[in-house]
Amino acid sequence: MSILGYDFMIRAMVAAIFTGLAAPAVGTYLVQRRLALMGDGIGHVAVTGVALGLLTGASPTWTAVVVAILGAVLIEVIREQGHANGDVALALLFYGGIAGGVLITGIADQSAAQLQAYLFGSITTISVGDVWVTMGLAAVVVIIAVGLLPQLFAVAQDEEFAQVAGLNVRAYNILVAVLAAVTVTVAMRTVGLLLVSALMVVPVATAQQVTRTFRTTLGLAMLIGVGSSLGGLVLAAFASYQWRVSPGPAIVLLALAGFALTWPIGVLLRRRERLRTPFTPDAPLGHDVTEGHDHEHGERCGHPAVEHGDHVDYIHDGHRHAAHGSHYDEH
Amino acid sequence: MRDPMTPGTDAVVTVDDAAVAIAGRPVLRAINLRVHRGDFLALMGANGSGKSTLVRAMTGLRPLAAGSVNLFGTDLTDFKAWHRIGFVPQRSTAATGVPASVWEVVASGRLTRRRWLRPLLGADRAAIRNALEVVGLSDRARDGVTSLSGGQQQRVLIARALAGEPELLFLDEPAAGVDLPNQEALARALGVLKERGATIVLVAHELGPLAPLVDRAVVMRDGRVAYDGRPLADDAVHHPLFLESHSHHHHPPSRHDHAPHVAAPLDTNGQGFGRGGNG
Repeated sequence: MSILGYDFMIRAMVAAIFTGLAAPAVGTYLVQRRLALMGDGIGHVAVTGVALGLLTGASPTWTAVVVAILGAVLIEVIREQGHANGDVALALLFYGGIAGGVLITGIADQSAAQLQAYLFGSITTISVGDVWVTMGLAAVVVIIAVGLLPQLFAVAQDEEFAQVAGLNVRAYNILVAVLAAVTVTVAMRTVGLLLVSALMVVPVATAQQVTRTFRTTLGLAMLIGVGSSLGGLVLAAFASYQWRVSPGPAIVLLALAGFALTWPIGVLLRRRERLRTPFTPDAPLGHDVTEGHDHEHGERCGHPAVEHGDHVDYIHDGHRHAAHGSHYDEH
Repeated sequence: MRDPMTPGTDAVVTVDDAAVAIAGRPVLRAINLRVHRGDFLALMGANGSGKSTLVRAMTGLRPLAAGSVNLFGTDLTDFKAWHRIGFVPQRSTAATGVPASVWEVVASGRLTRRRWLRPLLGADRAAIRNALEVVGLSDRARDGVTSLSGGQQQRVLIARALAGEPELLFLDEPAAGVDLPNQEALARALGVLKERGATIVLVAHELGPLAPLVDRAVVMRDGRVAYDGRPLADDAVHHPLFLESHSHHHHPPSRHDHAPHVAAPLDTNGQGFGRGGNG
C-alpha cells in the first residue's frame, strides 16, 4: 500500500519540503558569520515558548514564535555588544530556556510526552492548520533570505564595510535573527527543537564541500535540505512497518550521511586546488638539470602542472620539473 | 605644497576639533584635519597612536565624543551619499564560514549604488570588472576567495571598495602583512586611482612601495596630530625622538659609544603582523 494513501503523510511531506527549503536558507547566513550553533540556542529558548503555550492554552506554535524571536534578538544584542564572554552569556540563555520549558510544562500539569512532540518533532501528527502556518512562514523566510541575498551577504561578510556602504547593519542582523527564530519554530514540528539546528547547518556544511560561490552554496544547501527532509520522512515511513522509527532523527541522520559522503570529495577538491596554486614568480635560485625522465610531461601525464611565472612546473615525487629544451630543469 | 589647514571649497573631509572616547577613555583629542580633493594622504604613527581610530571616526564607525566630521560638505550625522565613499577595513582575510567567489565579494561593494531587489545591471558589471582589473585580479573572478593568498585577498577588498566607484577612498592598513609583490600590485592600483583624481586617505604603519604616491603625511602620536605636511621617510616617523612633545631640547641627546653606526632605516618589518586592534 502506498504511503501517499494517508492524508497525514501528504501533510507531513508538504511540511518537510517547506522546512527543508527554509532551514538551510537561513542556516547559510548563520554559518557564514560562524554562528552555526545559534539555531540550537534559539531552539532551547523556544522550549520555554512551547511550555508557555501548554500552560496558557494558547497555540504552542505561536507562543514559541514569540519567545524564539525575543531570544534570538537577545542573542544578537549580546553578540553585537561583543562581550568577551558572549558565548557564556549565550550558554546561560540556552540552559535558562530549556530548564524554564521543562519547569513550566510541569506546572501546566502536562506530561513530558506532550513536550517531547516539540523536542523531537512529530511531523506525522501535524494538523491541516499547522501545515498552512508552516507553508506561510517558510515561504516568507525563503523569499527574504533569497531576495535580500546581496544585502545579507554583505553584512555577514564584513559588518564594518557594510556600514560604511550605507547599509543598516543592525537592522539586517536583527532580521537574520528573527528569520532564524521563525525557522526554528517552523522546523519544530518536523525535526524537533533539539534537532532544528542540524537541518539549518548540515546541508550548508555538505554543500560547501563542492561549491566555490555563496550563491551556489545557498542553492545547493536548500536542495539538500529538501532532499534529506523528504527522504528521511519517506525512509522513516517505510521503516515503521518493521520498527519504531520517528521521522525527526531519520531526517537528521540522512542529512549527516550526505555530509559523510560528500566530505571526502571536498577534501579531494581542496587538495587539488592547493596543488594548483601558482608558485611565486620569482626567478628560481639556480636550477639543477635533470637528465632523463621516463616520459614527456604534458597535459595527460598525470603530474599536476602548476603555474610558475611564465611557464609551468610539473610536480613529480617532490620535484618541480620545468621543460627546458630537451631536458627538464629542477626548479 | 598648499597649507593643509587652509579652508577651501575643495575640502572633501573636514574634521573640526574632534574627540573620540572608547569605553569612556579619551583616545583622540583635538583633531583638526582637512583633506582636499585629489589628496593622497598617509595617516601614520606608531601602534596605538590612534590612526585607525581616526579613520573609523571619519567613516562613522566610531562615534565622536566632541567636535564634528564633515564629508563633502555634509555633516557625518546627516551624510547619506555613501556611494561617494569607499572603505577598505583593516583585516587579513576576505574569507568567512561559507565559500564566496572573488566576483561575489567585489560585487557586494556595488551595494552603495543598488537598491533592494534590484539585480546587477550592465553598468554594475562593468564597474566590478573594472575594479578587478585595477587590482590585477580579472582572471581570478570566478575563484573562491580562500584560494587566494593573503595579499591577493587584500586586493579583493580594495576592488570591493572600488566597485562602488567612490570619489574618496579610506584604506586602513592595506599593506599590513602583505608580501612585497602584492604591495607593489597595491601601489600600482592606488597609482591608477590617483591618476583618475580620487582622494585617498590611507592608514599605514610604513609606506614601503606606496611612498612615491603619498603627497601628504599626517603623523599621529598618542591620539593627537603630531605632524601634518610633506611625506616623511618611514624611519623618521618611527624614530623614538620624532616630535617629542616636550620639544625644546637644550641638550640634544648625543651618542657616547664609539661603535660605528649603521645609517640604514630602523628595521620595522614584521610589526604589521598580529595586531588585533591598534585603534
